[in-house]
Amino acid sequence: MKVDEATVRHIARLARIKVTDEEAKNLETELSAILTWVEQLGEVDTRNVAPLTSVVQMSMKKREDQVSDGDCADDIIANAPEVADHFFVVPKVVE
Amino acid sequence: MQERVNPDKANLIAGATGDWEVVIGIEIHAQVTSKAKLFSGASTEFGGEPNSHVSLVDAAMPGMLPVINEECVAQAVRTGLGLKAKINLHSVFDRKNYFYPDLPQGYQISQYKHPIVGEGDVILDFKDGSTVTVGIERLHLEQDAGKSLHDQHPEHSFVDLNRSGVALMEIVSKPDLRSSEQAKAFISKLRTILRYLGTCDGNMEQGSMRADINVSVRKPRDDLGTRCEIKNMNSIRFIGQAIDYEARRQIDVIEDGGTIRQETRLFDTRTGETRAMRTKEEAHDYRYFPDPDLLPLEFTQDYVDALDADLPELPDAKKKRFVEDYELSAYDAGVLIASRAASDYFETVATGRDPKLASNWVTGDLFGALNKLGKEIGESPVSAESLGELVDLISDKTISGRIAKDVFDIMLETGEAPAKIVEKRGLKQVTDTGAIEKIVDEIIAANPDQVEQVKTKPKTLGWFVGQVMKATQGKANPQAVNDILREKLEVGEE
Repeated sequence: MKVDEATVRHIARLARIKVTDEEAKNLETELSAILTWVEQLGEVDTRNVAPLTSVVQMSMKKREDQVSDGDCADDIIANAPEVADHFFVVPKVVE
Repeated sequence: MQERVNPDKANLIAGATGDWEVVIGIEIHAQVTSKAKLFSGASTEFGGEPNSHVSLVDAAMPGMLPVINEECVAQAVRTGLGLKAKINLHSVFDRKNYFYPDLPQGYQISQYKHPIVGEGDVILDFKDGSTVTVGIERLHLEQDAGKSLHDQHPEHSFVDLNRSGVALMEIVSKPDLRSSEQAKAFISKLRTILRYLGTCDGNMEQGSMRADINVSVRKPRDDLGTRCEIKNMNSIRFIGQAIDYEARRQIDVIEDGGTIRQETRLFDTRTGETRAMRTKEEAHDYRYFPDPDLLPLEFTQDYVDALDADLPELPDAKKKRFVEDYELSAYDAGVLIASRAASDYFETVATGRDPKLASNWVTGDLFGALNKLGKEIGESPVSAESLGELVDLISDKTISGRIAKDVFDIMLETGEAPAKIVEKRGLKQVTDTGAIEKIVDEIIAANPDQVEQVKTKPKTLGWFVGQVMKATQGKANPQAVNDILREKLEVGEE
């Protein structure tokens, strides 16, 4: 599968990763190569195979409905670049 | 598109080029009632100190893993059962990817292709006795986002993650609604069902129930038009206004030769108008994929059956029972079942008494008084038992219906038992005909002009009734007064 530069830029934008023109060129080649390699999986007939959801045969562990965590606002905001009154402070985002 | 509802003339909107039909579909986000969050042990309580109900999972710290809360699963299944919907024994959690400061993971854990609940139905009842069945497309579980405050600082937004990770049920209707009235009725009904089930508190002001409204217009029987989505509505009244405005806007655009662009719009409560949100070109590219941190959600039919067996009586069943057992009108029954508390209250009053009288007192005097006081039925100053005693006093003719209103007002104010109020204030009905006759004789003797008049104008008998009531401070039995007056004044039955 061929990935063009517009697709590279689209993916980069969705992932909020800044790429230079030169990087975009390289990524075009790289991503195309990766996808082509993965495409080999298409050769296997999986029509009658259920999707693999886990490599372990077990059912999902569930939790009781009890409050057992939280109350640690200081820890939560410890790494925030900017805080005020235990809020995270971020550049203005408003519609 | 499957047509479930035929165009109803009454719902059509007149335009310059003929009648238009509005088509509405609704997505409800209902916060699941649970102690802890969907995938963490932090509290779901509303209104805590900023970031105090947040675990490292909710803040998406590296290495944290989600573990599902079994009660949230049970609540979603109960809700599905309440919507008479298909329960999927196998469902899958997916990641919905997008960036926003109140979503620290960079994705929302949601369900995309395989929701926990499939198709169901909600029945709407209207005053005129008509019903509309609204299809439910699906219900899925997902995480709520945190909350951004934009008005605290000119250049910054403040983010509180207390809500982040609280379980939400997204309930999606089919585009079966054809008027703002139906849309409002749908949301009310859904809220009533959720409250009966105890799966969501339905508190729209606090944001625990929010709606996105999809609106499009078309000529009756045409294909569906392009829709616009009005986001984040949290008031039933505003939802009605937004739909009416939006439908009219779309009709005007089309009739002026324009086309509707599919877009997200916001309702401005101050102007009563909807406006387009600034949209980014690359929005809505969510790149869903199964969340590798979570196994598929699986349970047995036995598990579903056990939850079903424990469900409370739901609004539709209760309404049917009220109509059948208490012989109430469908409308009165509908008013009473709108909240579980109101229906419980009514049943306490009605049990062993005249249900029609009980219904009139509850839906009339009591609801009126509570409305005036701005109180919920749970905070009523008059208990159901007391109101029942009042109904007893009317039924056994201890007091008249008129006096009962006064007694009720005193009960509201003092909380005293009705029998005690009647005793203390001497409000017992005078049924002693001798005593009434005496008063009637006095009034007739004192008012010869009126006596003359009533012979030609029988309607003026009411004046005499009023005089007798005044003389007895309303305690005379109205029927007895009427009978005695008619006899003495020789006025026939009307």
